[in-house]
Formats: sequence, structure tokens, C-alpha cells
Amino acid sequence: MSDNFFEVLRAGVNTTYQDKGRFGMQHLGVPPSGCVDNKSFLVANAISGNKNSIGVIEFAYQGPLLKLIKGKTKIAIAGNVNFKIIYKNNETIEGDCNRSYNLNEGDQIDILGTKESVYGYLSVEGGFDIESFCNSVSTLVKAQIGPNNGTKINLGEKIKINKFRENNNSFKVNIAYEKTNVIRVLKGPQYDYFSEESKKIFFSQFYKITNLTDRMGMRLEGKILKNIINTNIRSEGITKGAIQVPADGQPIILLTDHPTIGGYPKIANVISADYDLLVQKTPGTNITFKCIDLKEAERLFKVRQINISKIIKGIEKIN
Amino acid sequence: MYKKISNIGDSAVVCDFGDEVNQAVNNRVIKLFHFIKRQSALGNIVGVLNCTPSYNKLIISFDLKKTNSNKVSNFIRSIDFSILSLNQDKKNWTIPICYEFGIDLNNMSKQLKLDKEEIINIHSKSIFFIYMIGFVPGHPFMGDLDSKLFLNRFKTPRVKVPSGSVGVVEKFCNIYPYESPGGWNIIGKTPIKLFNNKNNSNPCLLSPGDTIKFKSISKEEFGSYKDE
Repeated sequence: MSDNFFEVLRAGVNTTYQDKGRFGMQHLGVPPSGCVDNKSFLVANAISGNKNSIGVIEFAYQGPLLKLIKGKTKIAIAGNVNFKIIYKNNETIEGDCNRSYNLNEGDQIDILGTKESVYGYLSVEGGFDIESFCNSVSTLVKAQIGPNNGTKINLGEKIKINKFRENNNSFKVNIAYEKTNVIRVLKGPQYDYFSEESKKIFFSQFYKITNLTDRMGMRLEGKILKNIINTNIRSEGITKGAIQVPADGQPIILLTDHPTIGGYPKIANVISADYDLLVQKTPGTNITFKCIDLKEAERLFKVRQINISKIIKGIEKIN
Repeated sequence: MYKKISNIGDSAVVCDFGDEVNQAVNNRVIKLFHFIKRQSALGNIVGVLNCTPSYNKLIISFDLKKTNSNKVSNFIRSIDFSILSLNQDKKNWTIPICYEFGIDLNNMSKQLKLDKEEIINIHSKSIFFIYMIGFVPGHPFMGDLDSKLFLNRFKTPRVKVPSGSVGVVEKFCNIYPYESPGGWNIIGKTPIKLFNNKNNSNPCLLSPGDTIKFKSISKEEFGSYKDE
């Protein structure tokens, strides 16, 4: 352990420690949590030189302003983020995402905000010095579970870093982001609760992402989906990416901090390969759903995995 | 036996035990839940991330990098249900309750046309079975309540129900682990913490399939638990 640390000069609106998630506890009411955009999480770690997927700082929209009070570290920001590095001598540079920066005592990172996206990720070489709870450092704010007493990162707090920077190398990778607003889904367990017309509507009309969207779920607005059987079902386990439709007929996509059980019919499930793409869509975006089958969803997941390994292998040393 | 196995999305499988909600059906769900947890710990089934039992279903979420729907479904189909048992995993709890905090007891007494004492007597003699835990961490859904105490949910939920409150609706009883909105009839309050976010090895007191009997305590006794 080092005694290196950042001080939080501005916390941002929704800044938490997250990792791959906390599993094996959903039967006790604890959802997986973890980084909402798993791909950016993996990239953030890889660029700052972390072999394993360790805890990072996730922020949504406006991020934190951090000052390195003590030590030397290597950081990276993944996602599509507008940020600045303010060096101790007041020299300020525009930061590039998906590349690493070497920071020294007195330097600051000012994460102004995400661009045309929701989540960004800050990793440091060697990781943050944070306490894990049940094998994960993911924070579940609503149940006060995880590091930092299960709360968001706050103004004035210390962010401790595990390691002293090993070398002055920098790394970067180019990532082409998909722009499509078509989200692929599989039919949900209660697909046949909906009228034939509603099924057609669901797969042909736009649904707008509303402001009522957070780590728990994404509320959509569009043509009403008509349930012809029952607008309530026996409460059953929830899975990430499930699209439930309550009595008002407007779909809600359940995200990373979803309730563990729920009693609304589910018309569809977002495929794993498209989840990271979906969660980065900002409120106001019109999305459409395309129905595919399980075999195709599994194939697309393999393609996604290959793409992520290509990105990680493509990380190159600069300067 | 289960009625149907199907996929939910590309990373989960549901094992459906039929539409009935009773302890016999839920017992099968819980038996399968414990069996899969154990087989997963032994490495006999790989990639299981979460097993979520509910009244009549078990949902198994898995890591698509390590397994798939077909493999998990086939594993479930290969299980001989006749050898599954619950006894080794089931715990019987006695949970203290202070009925003096039963903010809806007067109202319940009017609606049910029963004395408060009688309601308390029936409730504290019942042995509740935990069908499932969830929605929020540590929150048990229990049954079955004596039909003499059947009441509906509030039409408009309370904005704030204090943590530890014990509520009843129809044949079900629950305990609110956190202060939260809620529409159940509050019969009392327990000083016991259902989910301890500081306990890394065993944060959740209860488990699906356990039973609970409530033990009536006074306000003074309730106060003595506070420091624990």
C-alpha cells in the first residue's frame, strides 16, 4: 500500500466506485451492480496497466475534479468524455479518452462531462485503496452497500491509491464507437401477454429514453403497449436488460442496479452484446428494437468479446 | 417437478414450477436453488452468477463467456428431483417483535372485528415460511398467515415505513429492512437488523426456505437491542 491520494475538489453528480459486479447474492435481495458499461470498464483498466478488472470510478454526465495531493500515479479515462489535465505549473491540456496520463503531486484531473453518452470511467494503475464487500467493490447507493460506506464519492474526501507509479510510459488505443440506435432483443417471458398490434408497434416504432433513467432502469416513452392478459404477474427474479411493461403501457428497461424481483410482465430482453451500447444512450434519444433469436444473440456476444480483446491487444505505447 | 425450462434473454434460464403459490411448490423451488448453489460451488456447473428463487420460479443467471442457455438447461434437466432435500439448509428463527409499534393495529382491529390482543396472539403463534427474499436487500416475503387476519394492501402506500416494521397483506407477512415507501398493514416492529452491510461473510440473516416465529417483546426490551 502507498499513501498516495487524490482529494475531491468537486464530486460530480453520480460518482461511485464500481467493478465487474457482486454476484451470488441476488437471492438475498442484492442485485449485481458493477460498471454499467462493462466494455469501457475493461478498457479503462487495461490502458492504465491493470491486468485484472479491478475497481474504477464511474461517473455519469458531470464527473469529479480531483487533485493528486500526494504521490505519482498513472490514470486513464474511458468512454466519450470531455476532461482536462491541469498540471501543477498551471499548464492545462485537453484530455484524450482511452489513453493514459502520468500525474505528479499537485496535478489535477477535471472531468467536465460525458459527450453524447452517459457514463465514463476513471482507472488508476494498481487500483484504488478501497474496501470490498462480499467480493466486490461496487457501490449500491440505495442499500448503502460497498466502499465509501456505500455512498457516492463526496466533496472533500480522500481517494487513496494502492500503488506508486512504476514508470513514465503512456498508452493509448483507438476505439470506433457504434452509432446505431437499433437495440437487439430476444422475446421476453411474457411476450404473449401483449396484443398482436402492440408486438408490431414494439418492433417498428421509436421509443424515447426519458429523464427518468438511472443505474436502476431506463424509462421509455412511446406508443402504449397493450397487455391483453394481466398487467401484474407473480413476482419473479429480474435479469439485467429485461424490458418490463407496467399497466400504463410504457416500457422500462431494467439496468445494472435493478430490483432483484418484480411483478410486471416482460415483453423482451436486451441481448448482452448490445447492453453497453444501450446504457450510453442519453435521455431524448429515440431507440428502436429489433427481434433476433437466441443463437444469433450468442453469436453476437462472441463477436463482442472478440472486439474487446482486439481493442485491449491494440493498446500501444506512445512517447 | 418443474413444468417448463426456458431462456430469459441470452444470459438466464427460468425453471417454472407452475402457477400455484403454496409452500409445497415453493419448497421445490428452494430445493433446486440450494442444489444448484452447491453444485456451482463444487464446480459441477460453471458460470452461474446468480440464482433467484421466487414463489414458483427459479431464475439462474450465468456468464455467457463461460456457458450458455443450452448447457444450463440440460444441467437442470439431468437433475433427479427425488434426491433433493431441504433439511440441511433450512434454519428456524425466532425473531423479536414489539407490537406496541404496530401503527395499524387499531385500524386492523376495526376492519377484522377482532381484539388487538387476538390479532397479536394469532400472529405470534404462526410459523412463517420464507418464500423469497428480495426487491431490496434482506427483505423477506413470508406466509402463510391465518385467514382470520387477511387484509388488503393500502390503496395509497405510505410514503415512509420505518425500518424493521412488520407488515401483513392477504396471507403474506414481510419485514421492511430499510425505511421505504410501503402499502402493508404494520402490525409491529423488530429491532433485529436483517441486512448488515458491515458483515462481509454473512450479511443477510435470513435465507429463502427458512422459517420464522415471532416473539413478543416490550418497548423496554426493544430499546435494549438498539446497541447491538
